[in-house]
Amino acid sequence: MKEVTFRVFRGDKEKGELKEYKVPLSEGMVVLDAIHEIQATEANDLAVRWNCKAGKCGSCGAEINGKPRLMCMTRMDVLPMDKPVTVEPMKRFPLVKDLVTDVSWNFEVNKRIRPLKPQPRQADGTHRMMQMDVERIQEFHKCIECFLCQNVCHVMRDHKITDFIGPRFLIRCATLVMHPLDTENRLRELKDDFRIGYCNITKCCTEVCPEEIGITDNAIIPLKERVAGAFYDPLAWLWRLLTGKKADQRT
Amino acid sequence: MSETTPGSSVSRPFLETRREDNWWVGPMATAMGLLAFTVYTTWAALQGEHYSWGPYLSPFYSPLIKPEGWPLSPAILILWAPGGFRLTCYYYRKSYYRAFMAMPPACAVAAAPHKYRGERALFIFQNLHRFFFYLAMLFVVILTYDAIIAFNFDGSFGIGVGSIVLTLNAVFIAAFTFGCNSFRHLVGGNVDCYSCASMGKQRHLLWRVVTFFNKKHMEWAWISLFWVGFSDAYVRLVSMGIITDMRIL
Repeated sequence: MKEVTFRVFRGDKEKGELKEYKVPLSEGMVVLDAIHEIQATEANDLAVRWNCKAGKCGSCGAEINGKPRLMCMTRMDVLPMDKPVTVEPMKRFPLVKDLVTDVSWNFEVNKRIRPLKPQPRQADGTHRMMQMDVERIQEFHKCIECFLCQNVCHVMRDHKITDFIGPRFLIRCATLVMHPLDTENRLRELKDDFRIGYCNITKCCTEVCPEEIGITDNAIIPLKERVAGAFYDPLAWLWRLLTGKKADQRT
Repeated sequence: MSETTPGSSVSRPFLETRREDNWWVGPMATAMGLLAFTVYTTWAALQGEHYSWGPYLSPFYSPLIKPEGWPLSPAILILWAPGGFRLTCYYYRKSYYRAFMAMPPACAVAAAPHKYRGERALFIFQNLHRFFFYLAMLFVVILTYDAIIAFNFDGSFGIGVGSIVLTLNAVFIAAFTFGCNSFRHLVGGNVDCYSCASMGKQRHLLWRVVTFFNKKHMEWAWISLFWVGFSDAYVRLVSMGIITDMRIL
């Protein structure tokens, strides 16, 4: 049976190194299978977070040959096996141990976003939404919160800017801003608190998204356009002056 | 290459990556393509001659505005508008941030070390993309007019290779312009509830049409960029007598 060499990061936030392991290759194998094999045979103390093994829980994000991916969705046959396969933890987040990182910063950011505040129910006690009104945001609901997009975004990863909420949470904001029933105005906080202006549309978040959500084109750019309309467009400002509408009024 | 510990608060050295694929090919090809276009366009715009032949007018000089006493090339008076449209375009932002500013050069490759401030100072003008879009729409109309005129040979209908070149130019520029993200926002992306808004269904339909073009915005950006340069070169070479325009009809 063919063997593949893995170089897996072992260590904690103080120190660490890449350690080599040999894993027998089997048909349909994914990287997470190999990590489990290493854990079962050679390194029982190898720390790895995983859950569903089906690309739906978003737990097993890592950097495989330098690219942020889900380990459970990375088949071995897409990797060059003539060289060792490198598996490292996500670099953006503080390391806990081996392949496990502390992603709790994301949960704190999430708390800063005001939840949906829907319109009053209709006379029959229901909320009705037409398909054409919700199809845009249905795409955003596919997000599995793997935080690979937060990990790869250079604003946080390289420039260490922490007041930018990142692609995952701009997706959540887009879900709310475009929601047909939401009554909140969120454009000013997008600009001033969540700092959408830091995103320079280099689309790495979209490239790494395992759910193939059009993060940049369908969420961030439409949000930027709304912010531009509310705060940077002199014609829109003049229009609002004449009509008495507010900068972040919902339509 | 030296490496930082995962999760470290220390910035990583420029270009640090574990990627083993040819990640540098994309930004390098982009930089070369954009540089080649910029150099050619600047040279062609400064020539001030050989921009028309017969019914053909180079798109770099259209609309042809020649105020009396203007000492420079007429192209300078108009090229700022399509140039501004591309400079503030969301696709081109990605390309120049990656290729020229290395912020970042590629995904999971460490960005250039200089201070990153996002849309601040001069970059705040990126938010004025919609104004350049309005001008770009005007250019679509003008270039379409030029394409129609390119079939008029001394008052009679004819088809030359140049007619086809200029027609394709108008088509490609239109496909790029109609996929603009600002246009997508303005026609219907800004609506929260299509079923409640006035003309909501029509705006939703328009939004879907623009979304169709927007999905290939990058491809149209490059095709139209190459073709507009090629169109100028074709008219220029015919005008200089270096090549002959072949008449098909």
